[in-house]
Order: sequence, then structure tokens, then C-alpha cells
Amino acid sequence: MNDTICAISTSLGVGAISIIRVSGDEAISKVAKLFDGKNLEEVNSHTIHYGHIIDNNEIIDEVLVSVLKAPKTYTKEDIVEINSHGGIATTKKILEVLIANGIRLADKGEFTKRAFLNGRIDLSQAQAVNSLIKSHTNLERKLALNTLNGKVSAKIRKTRQIIVELLANIEVNIDFPEYEDALEITLENLPPRLKEIKSELESLLEESKIGTIIENGIKVAIIGRPNVGKSSILNALLNKNKAIVTDIAGTTRDIVEGEIELKGIALIFIDTAGIRKTEDLVEKIGVDKSLEMIDESDLIILVLNNNEVLTEEDQELLNKIKNKTHIVFVNKTDLPTKLKLNEKEVVTGNTVTLDGLNELKNKIVELFDLERINSSNLEVVSSAREIGLIKEALEYIKNALNNVSNLLPVDMIAIDIKKAWDLLGEITGESYQEELLDTLFSEFCLGK
Amino acid sequence: MYDLIVVGGGHAGCEAAHIGAYLGLKTALVTANIKNIADMPCNPSIGGTAKGIIVREIDALGGLMGRVADRSHFQIKMLNNGKGPAVRSLRAQADKITYPQVMLDFLNNTLNLDIIEGMVENLIVNDTKVNGIILSDGREIKSKAVILTTGTYLKANILIGSENNPGGPHGEARSNNLSDNLKKLGLDIQRLKTGTPPRIKKESIDFSQMQEEKGDNEYYTFSFDNPPFYKINEQQKCYLLYTNVKTHEIIRNNLNKSAMYGGYVTGIGPRYCPSIEDKLVRFADKERHQLFLEPESIYYDEWYLQGFSTSMPRDIQEQMVHSLQGLENAIITKYAYAIEYDALNPLEMKPSLENKIIENLFTAGQINGTSGYEEAAAQGLIAGINAHHKLKGLEPLILHRDEAYIGVLIDDLVTKGTKEPYRMLTSRAEYRLILRHDNADLRLRSIGYKNGTIDEEKYQKLIEKENLINEVKNILRNNNLRLNNETKEIFMKRKLEIPTYSTNLYMLLKRPEISIETIKELIILDYTKEILEEVEIEVKYEGYIAKVYKEAEKMKKLEEKQIPQDIDYDDVLNLASEAKQKLKQIKPLSIAQASRISGVNPSDIAILSVYLKKKYDK
Repeated sequence: MNDTICAISTSLGVGAISIIRVSGDEAISKVAKLFDGKNLEEVNSHTIHYGHIIDNNEIIDEVLVSVLKAPKTYTKEDIVEINSHGGIATTKKILEVLIANGIRLADKGEFTKRAFLNGRIDLSQAQAVNSLIKSHTNLERKLALNTLNGKVSAKIRKTRQIIVELLANIEVNIDFPEYEDALEITLENLPPRLKEIKSELESLLEESKIGTIIENGIKVAIIGRPNVGKSSILNALLNKNKAIVTDIAGTTRDIVEGEIELKGIALIFIDTAGIRKTEDLVEKIGVDKSLEMIDESDLIILVLNNNEVLTEEDQELLNKIKNKTHIVFVNKTDLPTKLKLNEKEVVTGNTVTLDGLNELKNKIVELFDLERINSSNLEVVSSAREIGLIKEALEYIKNALNNVSNLLPVDMIAIDIKKAWDLLGEITGESYQEELLDTLFSEFCLGK
Repeated sequence: MYDLIVVGGGHAGCEAAHIGAYLGLKTALVTANIKNIADMPCNPSIGGTAKGIIVREIDALGGLMGRVADRSHFQIKMLNNGKGPAVRSLRAQADKITYPQVMLDFLNNTLNLDIIEGMVENLIVNDTKVNGIILSDGREIKSKAVILTTGTYLKANILIGSENNPGGPHGEARSNNLSDNLKKLGLDIQRLKTGTPPRIKKESIDFSQMQEEKGDNEYYTFSFDNPPFYKINEQQKCYLLYTNVKTHEIIRNNLNKSAMYGGYVTGIGPRYCPSIEDKLVRFADKERHQLFLEPESIYYDEWYLQGFSTSMPRDIQEQMVHSLQGLENAIITKYAYAIEYDALNPLEMKPSLENKIIENLFTAGQINGTSGYEEAAAQGLIAGINAHHKLKGLEPLILHRDEAYIGVLIDDLVTKGTKEPYRMLTSRAEYRLILRHDNADLRLRSIGYKNGTIDEEKYQKLIEKENLINEVKNILRNNNLRLNNETKEIFMKRKLEIPTYSTNLYMLLKRPEISIETIKELIILDYTKEILEEVEIEVKYEGYIAKVYKEAEKMKKLEEKQIPQDIDYDDVLNLASEAKQKLKQIKPLSIAQASRISGVNPSDIAILSVYLKKKYDK
């Protein structure tokens, strides 16, 4: 017997219909309680019903619900699929309601795992294996074919093609050393080719940020010295009183999170403890954590006090965020200006009159190109596993470049290049050995 | 009654018969012609990239090829010296007269071994168990095990243009019935093709028009146990030449006359050694192709025109050869030909090289779909060892992919099969950095010792070598670089940057620009070149080597997940039908091997793993 699980089974894009899938013994009864429409426990299997998802008498969304009874379902268990029209926020809200009602959020690939464990595999193989086994070893990773869409896998294939051509060339040099047909790959002509691969991978990662943003939202850290008004800004943005706001410096010690939606994208706020140099141990933890947050977040909002002169600490923070995506917010414009600043891109305002807060949001939209993300149907790498693999591949290429400058022999460097290629192959689900030989024999003229 | 009969006296057969007899089996080597024992019907060389490492591995495991090659070559080279230690490999120009003689000497001096002349046409099989052989004259010879190493002789056809003559290389008789009889016993037969270039009379060659290719100026041996037998300055030269526009024109104009393009060939040829007409068709925009002239022997005047394999008719071959610079007046002593032959499906054998259908029948060499003397010898050696082990009730010797090229070779054959003659390449070995020329003995000698093919004396030599390597490493670790005027001078003399901080010599050796030779000037290291080279490689590339071991370790874990050989794949629900059929045929020994089978998808592996866990893990 399996517990009942749920997950959003369509990718979290914008504008499309989202499907939330619920599977398990209690799938039908639990969803029925949240469904305003026909009694789902009495309908026939494989039928679709119109109605609303309600939570405490509040309508969450207008939906179509499919009821699929075991065993003729994806998992061979009872399944309910909720088709929602809303954006990300609504879909997520439905999921929250389901979880609140005792349905467990599924692990990655758990539906497929159940389908498999329950002895059903006549579904597409690619899906059947998706993350079936959490990937730790190479083979296990290879097992997990992915659900990449066409454009992305085309890009990855293109990069792999560049790599495999280079590898085949190296292999021909090695296996057929006397044949001059192939250009001899040397430490001199390797770097430009490695750099080309490096930039391909970097551009994939760059684009993947958009995918991550759609999937995971933008992590925002509001930082600044104590008592510059960070919590007030957060509260104003969240429109609720979540963080403790006092005038005593150093009272915000925990990291407080809040979330708003901007152009269909989630902004996840991390209110950091005020950054200041302190001997107080508890406070110190907060500050360390704040500095840590700078690295972990996608966007830094540095708050400065309009009513005070720029301190050494402020300047230090400005330096720290220089290379990160950031916005400087000059707060407390309701008080006299004492701050002098050289920064160009600054948003000014205050939390008393709420001046500047819309400007701040617009700046975020602009910085992350949210209009474009919102309006286009982007296809980018978004899963953490895939991004992880690309990052790892990039590290190997960087290592190869590094070792070229260390004058290591080509056969060593080939190990890194092959590894990078292999990692990308794990994303597209291609095996390498045969492919390499095929390329080798088709590209180069060899003979006895 | 013999314990073991080896059918065929080629490179596989010689190794199989020798090691079987060495291990104590009463052995007979049956060959159609004793004069052709260890014959080299194609190129006059032993070794080459990856293949040279195989020869070292054969030697490390107690085989003959390295020892014979060392005594019979007239030129030797270390290939890929500049490309790094993992891909270094020896190649020797072996004398086609001397090599077979030396091999025959070794065989004649092997106890328990008889050499019998005769053409084998059938096997004696009782209840799917082999029991001996039947010769063409009707003679029956009984044995407990049989190793077939028939090379290209099964129903062989020689093709020159539209001519198609039954027969093996050198105009030798072919075996007409053996492959049909094997088929009747239920074995799967495939048809393969290979080819060989023309031979040219030495006096008719104008070498002045070609570029010399010399042997190395350093002494090398394949074997770990003998000194070099040659003199550096007495090595023979080879020559480099090129095809030209005229050659290409002749070939293009006569393409349909070739056996290949005229449609006279049915076998599948190897991609890595296409005929010259193949090269022209596939790489139409290349203006010239490289060719090499290599002497076949110092005892006769025939030269091998490497790179010019063709199945054109004789008159066209004449025109083609005469179009080459320096060969305008060449006399062709042997025309190039293509050869088609029957081979077995290697998927029908176990990783021990025993046939899955007929018990105690082993196969090795070209009959298993491979190409090359070295690949054949390696299989012969393993088949011989495993025939012995089978008869004595011992576990078979199965080398893994991270242990030896031989392991890669056999795993590829029994897991993936082959549609073309299979040649070893370094790129087939995913762990090639640890499968090096220099460490073949360190990898395999103790395995040989455990399997009875390496004697106590050689084994002690290995232990000593391992100790010395560690000794040197410890010296390097325990001694810091002392910077004084004298040592600074050493760096300056070699135009090396003087280190700015103190370090031990071990760390110093890790630097790319610091060789063991430099270290030797800094500290007294009274060890052989072999030991010092080994230390240098292991220290310098420690990081990469560790990386590869880590990768290999991952695969090993899956290699340890064994699949019981009595598994009923029909009982494993939901396997894709292609996967089920492949698994039934290949009978992989481990999850790792199963995962390498083409057509077995990751989902099938997952299903299989879960099944094994449920059924066997209690």
C-alpha cells in the first residue's frame, strides 16, 4: 500500500494549463473533499469533471478534474489530475492546499517509479526512467534519461558535437600516429577549441538562469547596516508585518522569508540580519549569514540610509556586491539628506510614504527581463540535475584549459574533455563509446 | 586422448597451445601446414598503438608473442612518445621468416605439446559437449576440450577483381566444411572481409624518391624478461610515399572492376583499414593518401606497400602501382587481394571464451570476428588458460576493463559483438590512463602468478620492482629541495625556473617541466631507468591517475552486482522485448556488463536490478 502523493506534472511555464497529478489509495477521496462539483467518489473511471477547487470556502481556481481509477492508469494506482488555468501562483496554491490536506508532495520521478514498481512500463521509455534512481554513480546517472525539450537538447547536442569532433581528432592522432591526414592536436592549438566549448557551456548556463527563474523564482537578499529599514522595506513589499521591526539596531536576527509574484515570477525575499561589525555572538551569526546570503541570492538590494553619511561599512558592502546583480535603495527620503553617493543606478524612496517601492519593482522587472520571460515561450535548461551536469562539464573543460597551460600531455587532457562530453551525454541520454568511434572513422581517412 | 586440441597454428593457436601445455594439459596443436605456424600473412609488424600494449600484457601473463617479437624484429619504435604515457606503445617490424621460426622453436621446446598436420573439418560433439575433432582424411582425435583458432580459413575466398577463388592466404587450402558443421551444431555464422596490399620487389623500387622512416635510437623490448637482441644502428628502414592525381584517376576510372565496388564481395570489411578505393570514395576531396613501404624480411626481397590494400584486377593494380613516385618500374611480386571468410558470432561465447552452446569448446582470434595478430594472440592466451581452468574445475580468468586491454577486447566482443573485423584502439579503453605500456607487469603479473602462468622467479622479480618503486617514492618524499648555488646551477643549466619556496622532491617532480633526470641531479638515485620512469609517471600524473581509478571503482561496484547465470529472464516482468532477447543471448555476468549491451536500456537495467534485489537479496 502506498501513501497518496501529488505534484505539478507540467513544467512550470507561464500561461499554459498546469496539471497537478495526485496518485494513491486516497487520491479520489481527498481531492473530492476539496472539489466543488460532482462527487468525485461516485463518478466513473476515466471521466472529466468541471468545478472549483475550494479551501475553507474560498475558491482557489476553476478547474477540470480527471478521475482515473486503478489499474488502468499511469501508476496503476487511483489517479486524479487537476487541470488548472491559473498561473504559477494559483497552481502552487492548489498544491499547497493538497499538501495541507495530508497528501504528500511526490519525490522527483516518484510517479514514474511507482508506474515501474507496479509493473507498468508500456509508456514511453524516456519517461519511464526519468530520475528513477537518484543519480550518484555514472551508470545510475545514465539511467536517468531526461525530459529535455527539443531546443535545449539540440543546443547540448551541438556542444557535444564540437567536443566529439575535437576528441575524434585527438584519438586519431593517438591511434594512428603516422597518418598525417588529421591535424595534429597540440598544446598550442587546443586552447582556442577548448575556449569555444567553454563559451558554449557558459552560454547554456547563462540561459539556464531563465529556466531556474521560472522554476524557482528569484532569490532576493535585502542587506544593509542595522536600522537602515530593511525589514520595513520587506514588509512594505510583502504588504504584511512579518519581520520584527524596531528602532533598536540589531533586533532582526533571523532570516525571514517572504514571497511575492512579479510578472508571473516568484520573488523570494530573504531578510538578512543587519550587517554590522559586532562582537555579540548571536548577532555575529546573523551577520555571517547575511554575508553568506550575498553569495546565495540572485539579487541583492542594498539599503542605505539617506539620513546618514556613508559609513565605512556601507562602502564595504558596496564593494562586496559589485559583481552581483544588485540594486541600491536609498531609504528614508522622508528625512533630511545627509548621504552623498557616487552610484549611478540608485532607487530612492521611503517606507513611510511608500515612495519608490514601485520603482524598485520596475527595476527588478528590468534587470531580469521579466517582461520577455513572461511573454515568450522560452525553452531552456531548468532542472537542477541538468544544470549541475553542465556546470560539472564546464569545470572539466576549465581544468583541461588549466592543464594545457601546465603543459600536461594531450592524453591527460583528453580525459577531462571526454569526461565533459560524457556528462553532457548524460543529459541527452547518449552513450559515448560507439559515437566516438563512428565520428573517428567518418571524419578521418585511415587505412592499412 | 588429449586434454586439449588447438585447431590452427596462427597467433591465437600458438599462444593457446603453449599456455595449455605449460599449465600441464596434454595438448595437440593441429594445423593444415606446419610451415605456416605463426605466419604473418598481412603486415610485417607486431605491435602498434594499443596493440603494442596488448603484447606487453600477453608477456606479463606468460604468453609468447613479446618474447618472439623481441627475437625477430629489425626495427622498433615507441609510438606516441610525445602524447603522454597512457598512449605510448611499441611497434616492431618483425621479420616474416624469423618470427615463425622463433615461435616454432618455443613450441618445440614446450613440454606436453604435440604438433599435428591435418585439415579439421568437423568436431566430435556428444550431448553438446565437445569431445575431439575429425580431420578431412577421416582421422578422429579425441580430447576433453577444443580451441578453434581458424583465422580466415573458414570457407575463405580470395577476391581479385572479378576473380573469386576458394582458398586462404598464401594460396593455402581452406576449410570447406567446418563452418557448415558448426552451423549444424547450432552456431551463428557471419561473413567478414579483410584485405591486404600488393608486395613489391625490392630491386624495382627507387627509394631515392621517398622519405626514410627509421627506428628509434633507444633500446626497447616487448618482454619484461629478456634484453634487447638487436643493435640500434642495424635497424632496417621503411619509406613513406604518397598517392597522386594520376593514381586517383586510374582508381576512379576502374572502380566497378574492383571486387568491392563491382559487387563481388558479401562480407563486411573493417572501417579502420579500408581499401584504397574505399578511401577515394569516402574522402573524395583528398588529393593524396599516405603509403608506407616496409621490408617483409631481411631474407627475401619483398616489400609490403602499406595503405594500398585493394581488390582491383591485376592489370589495374599494375597501373596503380606504376603511377606512384619511385614505383614507376616496380615489379609486383604478389597482388593485393580481398579475402572473405566465415566467423562466429562472438555474442555466443562467454567472457571465458567458451562457447555457450557447446561445452568445453573455446574460440580465439579471427574466428571471433577480430582482426590483428595481437588481438588474436591475446584471445588465444586467455582461451588456453580458461580451457585448462575449465577442465580442472577452476574459476575462469576474466580480465576487467580497468585491468587490461585484453579485458576491454573480450568484454567488447562478448557484450557488444562485432559486425566488422574488430581492431583494438586506445579509444576503446575508457580507463586507458591506467592501462599503460609501462605498468603491464604491475597490473597483470600477480594475476598470472595466481593463475599458474607466471613462475615464482618472475613473480619475485615483480615484487622486487614494486618495492623499488616505493623505495624511490619514499626517498623523494623524505628529501627536500635544498636551494644552494650548486642546485641553482642545475636549474639554470636546464633553463628552468628556480623554485621560490622549499618543497620535497616528490612535489617537485609533479611539476610538468621537472623530469626525473633533473631530480637525479639533485639527489643520488641509483635505480634502473625502468624503475625511475615508472616513478616519474606515477608521481607526475598522480591526480589524473587517481581520477581514473575513481571512475573505475564506480564501474567495479556495478561489476560486483552479479547476475546469477540460471536467471530466467522470462520471469522478469516488463523487460522490453529487445532487451530480454539480448540478455538471454548474451547472459551478462554482472549489472555492469548488462548495462553495456546495446539495446538494453537504462529502464531495463533498473527493472533487472529491482528484480535481482527482490529475488536474491533476503
